[in-house]
Amino acid sequence: MTDTRDEIDAEEGAGVVKKFMFVNRKAPYGTIYALESLEVVLISAAFDQDVSLAFLDDGVYQLVKGQDTKAIEVKNFSPTYRALEGYDVEKLYVERESLAARGLTEDDLLVPVQVVSAAEMAELMEAQDVVIGF
Amino acid sequence: MSIEVGGRTLETDEEGYLVNLSDWSEEVANEIAKAENVAMTENHWEVVNFLREYYNEYQIAPAVRVLTKAIGKKLGPEKGNSKYLYELFPYGPAKQACKIAGLPKPTGCV
Repeated sequence: MTDTRDEIDAEEGAGVVKKFMFVNRKAPYGTIYALESLEVVLISAAFDQDVSLAFLDDGVYQLVKGQDTKAIEVKNFSPTYRALEGYDVEKLYVERESLAARGLTEDDLLVPVQVVSAAEMAELMEAQDVVIGF
Repeated sequence: MSIEVGGRTLETDEEGYLVNLSDWSEEVANEIAKAENVAMTENHWEVVNFLREYYNEYQIAPAVRVLTKAIGKKLGPEKGNSKYLYELFPYGPAKQACKIAGLPKPTGCV
């Protein structure tokens, strides 16, 4: 089984690639949406799809630095957003208006993102094959 | 399900992954490896320790493709390839090595 594994990997990569956007609108804790979204993102990336993430409304809180969940006794999964780069998920869009409304700036976020206006976000969504909201 | 290590009973899920990450020790790893028919060598430990560090930093177990790439980056291309990793862990480097490392099954692994 010399190079067969790598050949199989290459063949698997040759499947249909769709543009998926996952739209995150909810705060990271209190509901399961943010964590579920992240899991689906990781699975989609494992299937070599073109994945991008959008963060709007309270969804921008998912990316805020320095999250501490001790008091609510749930896992702090925010470090996982930093793993996305290793999964080749590098398109993270954050809506400018949502950040501004919450007194946040790009410097408050734990990963590099592209801050875009609501109008630009609409165009990005228009360009997708699949948009899934969480 | 559970496993017995050094007189202690440790809870596992139905596939043999530890339920409590904090139950893990090198002794536990050796015991899980034995059940998997993996004879742990320095090369096996290198991957297991790498996985634990990865989990510690990112709070997830990496998918196999991500693991392979990350190992290559850290330990060199002769180790960062599927062939090398599957020889160490025949049932899948992410799946089997994560079990030995006491981590959850990687997300996206079926």
